[in-house]
Amino acid sequence: MTINWFYFSSPSTFYRFAGALAPWFFALAALAATAGLYIGLVVAPTDAQQGEVYRVIFVHVPAAWMSMFLYFIMAAYAAMSLTFNTRLAAMMARAIAPTGAMFTFVALWTGAFWGKPTWGTYWVWDARITSELVLLFLYFGFIALASAFEDPRRGDRAAALLAIIGVVNLPIIYFSVQWWNTLHQGSSVSFKGTSMHVSMLYGMLLMALASWMYSIGTALVRVRAIIVERERRTRWVRDLHPAIPRSVPG
Amino acid sequence: MNETVDGTFAAGFRWAFARDVRLAWRHPGETLLVIAFFILVASLFPLGVGADPGLLQRIGPGVIWVCALLAAFLSLPGIFAADYADGTLEQMALSPHPMAGWASGKIAAHWIASGLPLTILSPLIALQYGLAPDSLAVLACALALGTPLLSLLGAACGALTLGARGGGVLLALLALPLFVPVLVFGAGAAEAQATGLSPSPHLSLLGAGLIVGAMALPAAVCAAVRIALD
Repeated sequence: MTINWFYFSSPSTFYRFAGALAPWFFALAALAATAGLYIGLVVAPTDAQQGEVYRVIFVHVPAAWMSMFLYFIMAAYAAMSLTFNTRLAAMMARAIAPTGAMFTFVALWTGAFWGKPTWGTYWVWDARITSELVLLFLYFGFIALASAFEDPRRGDRAAALLAIIGVVNLPIIYFSVQWWNTLHQGSSVSFKGTSMHVSMLYGMLLMALASWMYSIGTALVRVRAIIVERERRTRWVRDLHPAIPRSVPG
Repeated sequence: MNETVDGTFAAGFRWAFARDVRLAWRHPGETLLVIAFFILVASLFPLGVGADPGLLQRIGPGVIWVCALLAAFLSLPGIFAADYADGTLEQMALSPHPMAGWASGKIAAHWIASGLPLTILSPLIALQYGLAPDSLAVLACALALGTPLLSLLGAACGALTLGARGGGVLLALLALPLFVPVLVFGAGAAEAQATGLSPSPHLSLLGAGLIVGAMALPAAVCAAVRIALD
């Protein structure tokens, strides 16, 4: 049996596929977030050094992970769209960008609220925070460049190239706490083991799972909107949504 | 006329470099504007933050770097935009020389017309800020290594925004975040010298960045120009 890898690269097929899958991802996200928040806020013990304020970790760390990971996925889709010239990959890259920017912002914002009680300041210009801020602007640049052209395919390609150039920033963020000795603490979790209480770890992993599922869900919903907008002149979209006018500006 | 010319990287580089340097030489206005902007903005800071010599000495390297970065940024649209607007870029893409060759030539010429004058002038500005002679030399070295990297990064962003709506602001949003590492290490070099540390790690990182950039970014510029000409 041969698998047709390009079966789902057709926007009309993927539109229905995404529509069927998205609610499941949202349901999983809600479940994982409920469990994760319960463990994080009720079960996990108070931290010996930081007290209750450390509980920001259950939002901050998953958001920071997602901000980097989503950029990587977005750049992978961008590379796919440039090399295979597939429309859907470019649409997926566009669909991921706003969620990635949101998580980057959340990571910076919760980090500021974590920093005030523990470091005594909302913001320091250290390597990790600065490079995370650069990541936020890379997301904004991607979104702005993608929508700056009359021809959406042109915007797809230009933004894809920008996303690939910006990948250089990811290792800088990731290794910044090791390369520069700064205020931002190192990671407490690694594949070799963890330096934190096990319920804290499970709470964090569940929240990461929730963020993951939420990101997939929103990307699928958003890519459906992009597909309908792009394919509005095709027969299948007109059959599906007769109310869409034939010519929408933009 | 079936004569075919074998294009080479070096010939393309030489041709584009000579052309753009000649153009810059015959229209010196643009380069002079960049220099005037650089000096003007650098002179605004002492008026804004107060003329305390100790403070100026401390912020001097950073301010000069930011001014140089903004001045280099202002001249970015000049690399490709004019040639794109009048169709020259399309003709160049048809030339037998590989695109990486003449694109690199254009970037080098851009540096000669923007980054090099800024580097040469920077000691003068640094004197206004009262920097010590040794940090002055380090600052000029860092600018000499960093401004070509700015031209390379900026050329990629400039090529990406060809034909885009909201050109200037969009270019700022793309280019300035990518300039951040250059600024950090560039200003860090002079600052390390001023605080008695060795500036060589910063300069080495800038040099390494320049080598990697000079190898990788022309390919990105070519890809961006191809997307723009599609």
